[in-house]
Amino acid sequence: MSGLNGSQLAVPKTIKMYIDGAFVRSESGRSYPVYVKGTKQLYANLCRGSRKDVRAAVTAAQEAQPGWSGRSAYNRGQILYRMAEMTESKRSEFVELMTETMGTTKAAAASSVTRAIDALVYFAGFADKYHQVLGSENPVSSPHYNFTCSEPVGVVGLLGGDTVDFDVWVGQLAAIICSGNTVVALMPELESALLAPLSEVLATSDLPKGVVNLLSGELDELRAVVASHMEIQSLCYMGDDSKVWSELKVLGAENMKRVVAPGRETMGLESISGFLEFKTVWHPIGT
Amino acid sequence: MKTETAKQGRETMTKKSTGKNLDLSKEFHQHYAPSLESREIVKIAERYELFIGGRWVKPQTKEYFPTLNPATGEVLSQLARAGAADVDLAVKTARQAYTKVWSKTSGRDRSRYLFRIARLIQERSRELAVLETIDNGKPIKETRDVDLPLVAAHFFYNAGWADKLEYAFPGKKVAPLGVAAQVIPWNFPLLMAAWKIAPALATGNTVVLKAAETTSLTALALAEICAQAGLPDGVVNIITGAGETGAALVNHPDVNKVAFTGSTEVGKIIARAIAPTKKRLTLELGGKSAHMIFADAAIDQAVEGIINGIYFNQGHVCCAGSRLLVEESVADEVVRKLKKRMESIRVGNPLDKNTDIGAINSQGELEKIKKLVAIGKQEEGEFFEPASGTLPSKGYFHKPCFFNRVASSSTLNRVEIFGPVLTITTFRTPEEAISKANDTPYGLAAGIWSEKGSKIHQVASALKAGVVWANTYNKFDPTSPFGGYNESGFGREGGRHGLFPYLEVK
Repeated sequence: MSGLNGSQLAVPKTIKMYIDGAFVRSESGRSYPVYVKGTKQLYANLCRGSRKDVRAAVTAAQEAQPGWSGRSAYNRGQILYRMAEMTESKRSEFVELMTETMGTTKAAAASSVTRAIDALVYFAGFADKYHQVLGSENPVSSPHYNFTCSEPVGVVGLLGGDTVDFDVWVGQLAAIICSGNTVVALMPELESALLAPLSEVLATSDLPKGVVNLLSGELDELRAVVASHMEIQSLCYMGDDSKVWSELKVLGAENMKRVVAPGRETMGLESISGFLEFKTVWHPIGT
Repeated sequence: MKTETAKQGRETMTKKSTGKNLDLSKEFHQHYAPSLESREIVKIAERYELFIGGRWVKPQTKEYFPTLNPATGEVLSQLARAGAADVDLAVKTARQAYTKVWSKTSGRDRSRYLFRIARLIQERSRELAVLETIDNGKPIKETRDVDLPLVAAHFFYNAGWADKLEYAFPGKKVAPLGVAAQVIPWNFPLLMAAWKIAPALATGNTVVLKAAETTSLTALALAEICAQAGLPDGVVNIITGAGETGAALVNHPDVNKVAFTGSTEVGKIIARAIAPTKKRLTLELGGKSAHMIFADAAIDQAVEGIINGIYFNQGHVCCAGSRLLVEESVADEVVRKLKKRMESIRVGNPLDKNTDIGAINSQGELEKIKKLVAIGKQEEGEFFEPASGTLPSKGYFHKPCFFNRVASSSTLNRVEIFGPVLTITTFRTPEEAISKANDTPYGLAAGIWSEKGSKIHQVASALKAGVVWANTYNKFDPTSPFGGYNESGFGREGGRHGLFPYLEVK
């Protein structure tokens, strides 16, 4: 129930996880407290996601993936732009959460939200363009028409580190889904309360259910569950702990997951291209 | 160009054989006179050392192992077994060549060296084809018309990239990674060496390549060609040995890049072994590729495609079309025509220009194939192998065969056999075909036969596979990116996409 510190007796909001388009508590019934930064005053109890919650999220993401990648690139771009619009309309809530739970200054929080909106608009505009930049028509020597196109890798596990800048997090999320991937995301611990307004943005942007699933909890507990899940094709780790990096690669090898670092620039092609497969198609030319 | 003519020639041959030649009678087949390629052109030394720093270096292990002609069992030569100390020397040499020479060599000059190598390969093409056939067991028809033209073409193609990398990644600066550790398989020995070495050098990396232990001779000939081309010492180092040598190479702390082609099992071991490091990795692994025949396909051409898909190179092809999916209404016709066509496949001496299927590469591989065929016979499915033709009494040979009416869950539909063994399953709708095709942890290639363009595009885009051949199969080209989805590995080889694994994009 966020905002318990309010001076008036307001109606606080329970922060739930967002799985398969629904706001849900952890099936485990577990929770953990988030405090107003630098105090012992409770801001909200967040859900402590479980192994079973991760599995439910992966199933939702897997089921949503063909439909989402089957949408036209234009349509995916429009939905990402809608996410930018909805983020703008929830600007004050994002800023309040950052200042209260993370101790960010108001100015820094406002500028972080602005950059997140920039990133959403940026990738909204990339959804129907990266194919042309990354694909190719290949001049083979034999009489065949041959082209290489990009496809989404499938279900991506987006893993927070201890802390990830909000705009970097939102930008990488947008880049991954703009090509038709679906996501199971473990919120970075420091930013986990931002799950509340972010999930409401997702729920009100015409994004099909299951495309993005947001979970909160103890990363050390959940990361291995995501990394070893056989229906996830790629992992994106947003932290810089080399031990975690190594652990993800070892666990991910069982089904040859692509373990990918986030793009070095929040807004750049690399944030998209790391989550694509390339398919080459041949067809004879003749009568 | 030589390459082009050879490839087009092959294409024409395929087209012809889909017509009247299908009616080759059994008698005609049996009376085919041998037409042996001379091996006089090939000189094989009694013993080979390691190629390190532009010189032939004796292994510090002091150990050698025999390499055989799988078609006869004769020992061809003795190869050096590189141990950890030899690997260390090779990597140090490659590092020094990178730091002192190759990283300072201009793109234009790197390009010149690669063009020279391409030309030397073309000039010695027949010799290398015969050597490959003797060492590997694959038919001379394939080494001459497929492997060697492609080897030269890969060097020629990548040569041209070396001074144009800024166009490959517009708006970005790129840099080489450093020393590349490359481990290649035995099924296309020289071609795999070309796939690995050419893009690595074009992008400015130096190389330590470990050839497969049963098929190192052409890689060692390539070492000689690198020296003849005047390539600076240490830029390409070629070592020989078995799995332990490969493990020492990929685990060496001073390599920046690991590129492996081989089994999914070993690929996973490598991925885990180098997980704690910052080494870049590309893996081209196994497959169990689906080959789909729709009722509206040109059936006679499709039957040729099936033959080429599974029996090309004895089925020792990672992207072999080993799971045949046939639309139910034409299944009987396809199977009948396939059986008839298989009666005219000639298995035998790989040096005979008429031979379609040569020797299985080693006794170990032959035993593995036989074991899986035995399992297939115990499980469900109708086994077929041609009645015609007798296998040579010496060497390792296996008849082409298939199992009809095999369930998706059967062993033969799950496991990569890597031999001339096909499974046949039927489907009723495109949705069912797609679902069965994707029902595998692999995702390397797939084939589609249909005369309906819209169906081809729909099915091709729904398949989880890195290469889709529509109304053709097993075609390769240096300009065409190749590589898999899921457990078939990651990264692409060939084309502009094949440069990326060897570059850091800044």
